[in-house]
Amino acid sequence: MTVTKHIEMRGVSKAYRFFTLQDISLDLEPGQVMGFVGPNGAGKSTTIRLAMGLIAPDIGEIRVLGCRMPENQAFAKRDVGYVSADMRLMPNATVGWHMNFAASIYPGWDADYAATLVKRFNLRPEQGARSLSQGEHIKAALLLALARRPRLLILDEPTTGLDPVARHEMLTEFMDVLRDENRSILFSSHNTVDVERISDRITFLDRGRMVASSDKEGFLDRWRRIDVQLPQGAALPELPHIVGRASDGHFHTLTTDQFSELQLARLGNAVRNVHRMNLEEIFVANVMHHRESRP
Amino acid sequence: MYSGIYISQTDARPMYLQIMEQIRARIAARDWPAGKELPSIRALAAALNVSVITIKRAYLDLETEGVIVTRHGKGSFVADVNGLAGELQDQKLDEHLSGAAAIAKQMGLSAEELAARLRRAMKETK
Repeated sequence: MTVTKHIEMRGVSKAYRFFTLQDISLDLEPGQVMGFVGPNGAGKSTTIRLAMGLIAPDIGEIRVLGCRMPENQAFAKRDVGYVSADMRLMPNATVGWHMNFAASIYPGWDADYAATLVKRFNLRPEQGARSLSQGEHIKAALLLALARRPRLLILDEPTTGLDPVARHEMLTEFMDVLRDENRSILFSSHNTVDVERISDRITFLDRGRMVASSDKEGFLDRWRRIDVQLPQGAALPELPHIVGRASDGHFHTLTTDQFSELQLARLGNAVRNVHRMNLEEIFVANVMHHRESRP
Repeated sequence: MYSGIYISQTDARPMYLQIMEQIRARIAARDWPAGKELPSIRALAAALNVSVITIKRAYLDLETEGVIVTRHGKGSFVADVNGLAGELQDQKLDEHLSGAAAIAKQMGLSAEELAARLRRAMKETK
């Protein structure tokens, strides 16, 4: 039995005058959280907009909840909640008006859950959207998406502009969604700590290309920084899978994307230390390596 | 609910190792006795705000260590290590005894003579 993937992209490209998104292929399975990481202008939002059917790819295939995008987006979107940081509620309407409106169009609207979220996010239904702060605006938009209980949540920078407490509340809500193994989340963020914490799969984007896409534990397991001090007159031995090197006299710091005992065996006594890397360090090393090999 | 387990951002160890260590400590302290059902992977992920794959990894490694047992579709449980050890020793003793019996037979010893030898051996190991 094959389970319908929640997002499936195959060889997707989209060209603009000053930016080209190239050859994006990725899968999001039910029950998973996928984190998108990339510098500004990497193509995160473009990829998300393609997944939402807001723009059509030049080439490639996109399926969301089994529906071809953008052709069948109306059907798919009944079960997709979308929030982006630049989303705006109607300025002249209150938060409560938006909730009533969402309740009238989405059959899955959960009024009890919506009421709980209002309290948890510290929102006031009678408040007009115009007077909401940036953080409150995002929280209100997230509330509207979450209370529909969609199978797939697509969130473009959902925690940007939130204070640490609000961010924590947000992550708690996201993980609560994942108690249900038929639901999934795709989210982009600059905050690699958040991504590292809650993602099952991580996709790195840079300059319109996919640098890597893998399960998180795999990333964290494979990357290491090796501190080396060579003895007098010795040269650094040839090592496989070294993607970065900083040298200073006898001291070398090597970065590997496929750590193995073989590397340590070749270095022998010269190894001073082996460090694990966090997601941010891996991301930066990965991007620098790819930029070097594709200037 | 399982708020006792926490993830430290300043701890250099990966999250799954931090979780494993805290579960091991609870089992060692008997707070989580043998046979106790562990929280489901998704429930623990939600409680700790940590991805499902991280909890999966922790449970998988604990299973490899023999600390927990996972029954497909039923959940994960604290392994009954003492019971398991007892069973294995029982089996080992039976093997040795039947080995001794076979040698005694070859030597033409009676059951009483073998039992006397065994009694002497027990005295000597004291």
